[in-house]
Amino acid sequence: MVGAACAYYAARAGLAVTVVDRGPVAGGTTGAGEGNLLVSDKEPGPELDLALRSAQLWEELAAEELPGGGTLGQVAEYEAKGGLVVAADPARLAALTAFAAGQTAAGVTARPVDGDGLRALEPHLARDQAGGVYYPQDAQVQPALAAAHLLRQARLAGAALRLGENVVGIDTDKEGRVAGVRTDRGRIAAPAVINAAGTWGGELAALAGVFLPVMPRRGFVLVTAPLPPLVRHKVYAADYVADVASDSADLQTSAVVEGTPSGPVLIGASRERVGYDRTLSVPVLRRLAAQAVALFPRLAEVPAMRAYRGFRPYMPDHLPAIGEDPRRPGLFHACGHEGAGIGLAPATGFFIAQQLVGEKPDFDLAPFRPDRFEADAAAGGGVPYGGSETGPDISPEIGPESRLDGGADR
Amino acid sequence: MTDVNDVNDLNDGVRDRYDLAVIGAGPAGFAAAVTAADAGLAVVILDAGRAAGGQFYRQPAAALRAARPDRLHHGWRAYTAWTGRLAAHVAAGTINHLTDHHVWTVERLDADAADGRGLAGAGSATAETAASPGTLFAVHAVIGAGGATGRAVQASAVLLATGAYERQLPFPGWTLPGVVTAGGAQAQLKDSLVVPGRRVVVAGTGPLLLSVAASLALAGAKVPAVVEAADPLRYARHAKALALNPGKLIEGAGYAATLVRHGIPVRPRHVVVAAHGERRVEAVSIARTDRAGRPVPGRERMITCDALAVGYGLDAQLEIALELGCGTRREPDGGWVLTVDAQQRTGVPGVWAAGETTGVGGAQLALIEGELAAHSIAATLPAGGFAVRAAGASRPGRAMSQTAQPSAGDGGETGSADRVGPVAAAGRSVGSAARPGRKVAKLVRRRARLRAFADVLQQVHTLPERWSDNLRADTAVCRCEEVPYAAVRDAVTDLGATDSRSVKLLTRAGMGWCQGRMCGTAVQCLVGELTGGEAKAAPAARPLACPVPLGVLAEGAFAPAAPASGTSPAPAAAAPPHAERPADPPD
Amino acid sequence: MTGTPRDLVAARPGPEFTVRVDGRPVPALPGQTLAAVLWAAGITAWRTSRVTGEPRGAFCGIGACFDCLITVNGVRDQRACLVRPEPGDEVRTRD
Ligand SMILES: Cc1cc2nc3c(=O)[nH]c(=O)nc-3n(C[C@H](O)[C@H](O)[C@H](O)COP(=O)(O)OP(=O)(O)OC[C@H]3O[C@@H](n4cnc5c(N)ncnc54)[C@H](O)[C@@H]3O)c2cc1C
Ligand SMILES: Cc1cc2nc3c(=O)[nH]c(=O)nc-3n(C[C@H](O)[C@H](O)[C@H](O)COP(=O)(O)OP(=O)(O)OC[C@H]3O[C@@H](n4cnc5c(N)ncnc54)[C@H](O)[C@@H]3O)c2cc1C
Ligand code: FES
Repeated sequence: MVGAACAYYAARAGLAVTVVDRGPVAGGTTGAGEGNLLVSDKEPGPELDLALRSAQLWEELAAEELPGGGTLGQVAEYEAKGGLVVAADPARLAALTAFAAGQTAAGVTARPVDGDGLRALEPHLARDQAGGVYYPQDAQVQPALAAAHLLRQARLAGAALRLGENVVGIDTDKEGRVAGVRTDRGRIAAPAVINAAGTWGGELAALAGVFLPVMPRRGFVLVTAPLPPLVRHKVYAADYVADVASDSADLQTSAVVEGTPSGPVLIGASRERVGYDRTLSVPVLRRLAAQAVALFPRLAEVPAMRAYRGFRPYMPDHLPAIGEDPRRPGLFHACGHEGAGIGLAPATGFFIAQQLVGEKPDFDLAPFRPDRFEADAAAGGGVPYGGSETGPDISPEIGPESRLDGGADR
Repeated sequence: MTDVNDVNDLNDGVRDRYDLAVIGAGPAGFAAAVTAADAGLAVVILDAGRAAGGQFYRQPAAALRAARPDRLHHGWRAYTAWTGRLAAHVAAGTINHLTDHHVWTVERLDADAADGRGLAGAGSATAETAASPGTLFAVHAVIGAGGATGRAVQASAVLLATGAYERQLPFPGWTLPGVVTAGGAQAQLKDSLVVPGRRVVVAGTGPLLLSVAASLALAGAKVPAVVEAADPLRYARHAKALALNPGKLIEGAGYAATLVRHGIPVRPRHVVVAAHGERRVEAVSIARTDRAGRPVPGRERMITCDALAVGYGLDAQLEIALELGCGTRREPDGGWVLTVDAQQRTGVPGVWAAGETTGVGGAQLALIEGELAAHSIAATLPAGGFAVRAAGASRPGRAMSQTAQPSAGDGGETGSADRVGPVAAAGRSVGSAARPGRKVAKLVRRRARLRAFADVLQQVHTLPERWSDNLRADTAVCRCEEVPYAAVRDAVTDLGATDSRSVKLLTRAGMGWCQGRMCGTAVQCLVGELTGGEAKAAPAARPLACPVPLGVLAEGAFAPAAPASGTSPAPAAAAPPHAERPADPPD
Repeated sequence: MTGTPRDLVAARPGPEFTVRVDGRPVPALPGQTLAAVLWAAGITAWRTSRVTGEPRGAFCGIGACFDCLITVNGVRDQRACLVRPEPGDEVRTRD
């Protein structure tokens, strides 16, 4: 998704673009996640700012007319349906409302909703909820379709697409500037290379000799049988975890429950750091199901038809790497978006394109600097790219065994 | 509506833990279960069906009181002998046969037991788990098709005997009511004594077609033609393998004789190019194919009918195996099956496989593989297995020594030379796997012969090469999501899909209820054609082997050590939030 | 030789009963699957596909294709080829 967005904005900016992927379109995490475009879940800070900007860009993209008729939003199943965060009891509601107040100050539209309001918005929601907050800016797309059609638009603007081609090296010139990439099929010369390799972004960075700690974080999604409309918005529970000992008050959220245009309800996603372990985790599926049934009791009888998994690209501080790498001029990073890469893709691509054409991005990218972990690398500490805290390191070779499959609805 | 009688009675003698869990009660599964129980193992069978038999030995529902079910079956004697032994073990408590149990996944516990990952049903077994060396699995099932109860049982070893479903190819009109799978017509006939129509054309490729046509004719349906895509001349190239399997030839000849008696023409090198009708099938067009497998223009004919039974071979049911990490290989006809060694072991410790899951080859081969797997399992598990035996469960060996003791060698018509008498079987039943040496050697030889035969069938009955020439832009490739051929084509040529999975993501083909079981082969072939080469092919992963109601899944979500099977209260609403990582945003 | 499947296996089934399919009585034999009951009554289609609204009925006959989905006693999405109706069951075809 991120690569498609970069290609789209760069091609539109008049650059000659070649997209190289070792798999098919949407064969990575984009095809193994969900398509929530959320502002509701982000606390005030750089990620929220990026998300707000991206939400705007998504809206513009969705309205774009396609040559074959229809809009990008229609083919990518863009729905500005809004998000509803639900609190089970007054304590949680208080925490949620305070959280939303902070978001509002940062530019988010958030509307408190009482118990009756919840029922009006979601008639099948469990009766016992205290209240919630409605976020009209939350939206959704079908990520694979969004990526494919964005790439198609990029190609119409002149970009070339090379699928099934593995990048095995990054060429540099005498000064250490990027000069192109080497693939299993040959060389592609280019003064700028964008690393949009998602969860494998650390490995790509390593090919260019720079350290970028992108690690996999597993997620499962449950998909139900197709249903008549039951869930109207993106709904998830805000849980208030009062940790008395540390006196911290963290807001914790559970799985998002959402309907899709094709009928199935999606429930996801879990988060675990287990390396690239693909094993189906029964306890995780149970928990996802329980969270969904707690919100929508009617779902108890509904069959889960399938489950799938993906590996989010995450970085130690949970922020992506966006922008040119000062350690390797000509190398631009656009990866590590963890659980928000679909939402954050347009803004990422947009600012990368601005940098590529030499404009100064109208946004502060400093928090996303790709060299911000240099100290960890130097100290030999931190986490090695491609590895994980609890799971085994993945093999250095990017083979089919590190590919993802499964599937996605959203 | 009933699914089974024991739906709500969960205290039906299910133990905490077994030596062996057999998934699937077809010939491979029941032969393995009986053989393993004879060897002294505590066995549980979980099967979606309501009686042992699987696809081949499907018997009429008991309430239909069929006096001569054998008339719809080949090798019925072998079946009754095996199921007699099964019944004796069930009566003795050495096999627990859980019918109408749909297994959705098998979970490995041994690796996870240490970090306290619980499962519903773990119960008191945890301490024991830590103490015992070998492997440990939890088998998770939903009771009843669309049932509202779940159950998990534990076992040290698992045998995957989940069989196959029929492979299909799309053609215009294949979604019309009255177009059914050949095996499905057979299944409903054997099970419920009905035929899908009065005039039923049988079409596709493979040995199943003859048997289906024969059964339909015997059951009173008119079969205007058997339309077989393959060229029978190809058999000539494999005379040796054929000659070594006289029994199989006789079986085939038996079907052929029935067809002749009923005046049913077989049309080799013909394919159905379209089914016609308004609200149901009223006729089919068939065409002769040229050497390239392409329908010859102008050589089409219409046959009126009110049903079409069609199938293009079998695809093994691998979802549970794939999630466990078992290795796969491709068969001559392109289907994916599990790789097993000579002892039917998959590459995953503690997991064996037998029957169609390891290679499509028919019921006799499945029986033999099941038996061989059981011998290997019995020899692998420490004597007597790990299972805590129910006190006083008597061994059924003695009771059974009166009954005939069949072995897989009896699976058919040739049989008696391979018969193992009561003595040998009773010898096993005292609990030793040490003596089956000669027997095993014989089984191994028979397996090799039957596999060679199966290989020939597969090489003859490949998919017609140019089947996709029949597709129109609007022909549904995926029945569930109604994805037309044009959408699949555009996904590849216009949107950048290069494999089945990306086609699925971009078109929804394979994303519907059946999860690509019906369209998977077709999509894979189409991607190959459209990308102009061998598309990256892999068997489709389906983490849930069958639908699971969310309520069943949710059971025990926050109470890891709770007993299995619905006794734990609905946990979610009242449960404390888990603190895996606070402040986690959703995606 | 034109017999019936019942003649062939010399079946003497228990007494016939009726299930109601969209309110209309349809005869059934004990033990039969619902798909078989419907086939025996000459009904081959009992579902409308979600996208194009085509009629659909049983296809695979063994629970793998989910084309035969039907509502039994108010429970949606049952596989007609697997469920076995009982006297008095209410079956609805369009849900
Ligand atoms: C279960 C789950 C749910 C999620 N839900 C959401 C959500 O609701 N909203 C949201 O915004 N985000 C969500 N995400 C996160 C989101 O999916 C990711 O952040 C996003 O897909 C990342 O996109 P990407 O383009 O960076 O990576 P990818 O889609 O993985 O693309 C990277 C590409 O790089 C290619 N590649 C890698 N190495 C090489 C090489 N050496 N040579 C050639 N090609 C290479 C890969 O083949 C791949 O196609 C979810 C993730 C998961 C796992
Ligand atoms: C529809 C159909 C009809 C056939 N008819 C004939 C025929 O008439 N003649 C012939 O020679 N061959 C026929 N075959 C071929 C048949 O597959 C083999 O002859 C033989 O039955 C294979 O034995 P098996 O033990 O490997 O598998 P099967 O007999 O297929 O048994 C597998 C068993 O596993 C169960 N199962 C599968 N998955 C699960 C799960 N997740 N949870 C619980 N249980 C599960 C199934 O319900 C089934 O009972 C047919 C095949 C099919 C698919
Ligand atoms: S006919 Fe295929 S599931 Fe019932």
